Amino acid sequence: MQKLTDRSIVVSDKNMTFLEKIYIPAITKGMFITLKHFFRKKATISYPEQKREFSEIYRGQHVLKRDDLGRERCTACGLCAVACPAEAITMIAAERKPGEENLYREEKYAEVYEINMLRCIFCGDCEEACPKEAIFLTDRIVASEYKRNPFVYGKDILVEPLDPAKRIDVSKRQTEAVRKFKEIKRFAHNK
Amino acid sequence: MPLLKVTIDNIEVEVEAGTTIMNAARKIGGSVVPPAMCYYSKLEGSGGKCRTCLVKVAKGSSKDTRPMPKLVASCRTLVQDGMVVENRTSPEVMENRRAITEFLLLNHPLDCPVCDQAGECHLQDLSYEHGLEETRTEEDRRTFEPVDIGELIKLHMNRCILCYRCVMVADQITDKRVHGVLGRGDHSEISTQIAKAVDNDFSGNMIDVCPVGALTDKTFRFKSRVWFTKPFDAHRGCTKCGGKTVLWMKGDEVLRVTGRKDKYGELEEFICNSCRFEHKETADWVIEGARNIERHSVISQNHYEKLDLPENAVEGK
Repeated sequence: MQKLTDRSIVVSDKNMTFLEKIYIPAITKGMFITLKHFFRKKATISYPEQKREFSEIYRGQHVLKRDDLGRERCTACGLCAVACPAEAITMIAAERKPGEENLYREEKYAEVYEINMLRCIFCGDCEEACPKEAIFLTDRIVASEYKRNPFVYGKDILVEPLDPAKRIDVSKRQTEAVRKFKEIKRFAHNK
Repeated sequence: MPLLKVTIDNIEVEVEAGTTIMNAARKIGGSVVPPAMCYYSKLEGSGGKCRTCLVKVAKGSSKDTRPMPKLVASCRTLVQDGMVVENRTSPEVMENRRAITEFLLLNHPLDCPVCDQAGECHLQDLSYEHGLEETRTEEDRRTFEPVDIGELIKLHMNRCILCYRCVMVADQITDKRVHGVLGRGDHSEISTQIAKAVDNDFSGNMIDVCPVGALTDKTFRFKSRVWFTKPFDAHRGCTKCGGKTVLWMKGDEVLRVTGRKDKYGELEEFICNSCRFEHKETADWVIEGARNIERHSVISQNHYEKLDLPENAVEGK
């Protein structure tokens, strides 16, 4: 038969020897390799009992911070949503009513605030855009789910608990230089 | 009548006698035009209050070539033949504009995240361009509680820069004015006497002429930020006004109706309250098409629009 190309190789089809035919040496060799892995250091850890060490500025699940008096800092200005490259954030604003001053810091607040965790790429642009220091990314991992719907996180998950002991610490995300900057009165716009 | 020759920032333009420097600059257009916070070409007697449009007159006229001793308000100064004006080319003018911006911001709160005007606010643009990043004053700003003036308009006196535009609108396009400026100097404030309501048919135009967020639409209050809404030109047969408006839509929902503004932020036509506040259904309007938004504007964010391509541009893949 005429060759189609000059790069074709003739495959040898020689008969196996007796040792090769009984397969036992090949199987023991393979089993030995498998057995060796039992005594090696494991690559996995048993999360959530064990946790890996994270970088201080790891960007995980978001938190909507409250201020020292327990009022929500978010004023629904929409800058996080406009900064979001994945368009994961939506919000509906509402006006604070008299008597709700202990709940919301400003005249306007986010009645609905949703982040679609499936869309979010954890870039941290929302955190950077926020003029009120309301949204931060934390070192918490977004939990896995069986369905898609629960990944749209609302305020019930995002806003940190009122209880001071359960507050989420983001002080590591704010460097000393930033905190110093805020103490200078002439930079304090948010009076 | 012979035309007068004026040179503004080395660009020569011929205008009729009686034209102000501002309007001569607007005839040239572009960056030569001084910013204006109080001047409004449709309102007689406006201008001369905010001082943001101050320019340098390097040569008074061809007859009297001396420069003018101080910076002049371009919205109030008439041109003369052979006048040479410096706006962007004069460091003195730019330095002065920075100082004026700081003055306007003395009492203006930094509540842009809350304010409905943010994104289309002239003071925001001005301070972005000319302002300082920091506040140099230590004193507290003067504060007022927000007031409802009528059912439809909210007055945030904190944000007012006393440009008098709304007062002139009430004087010139409505038959009876019920609000004005009370007090003098630092104590001046826009107010209605004894909390009287503003309920004229054309009172809503006060919202559109306000360069800051002092007068805002109560029916749009905190509904959405302007950059999440998309503007469409629309019209309807209205018996009171021309009925030519802009609908600010989110999906199929009409969130806000305003008049059509030109590139200087001035209304082309005043619209009535019925168009502005009562017709918020898409079925009420004949939509003419999406309104062109300047690319640098925050309102153009997240709107994927066709780029301005030259006529013979090659279609990309």
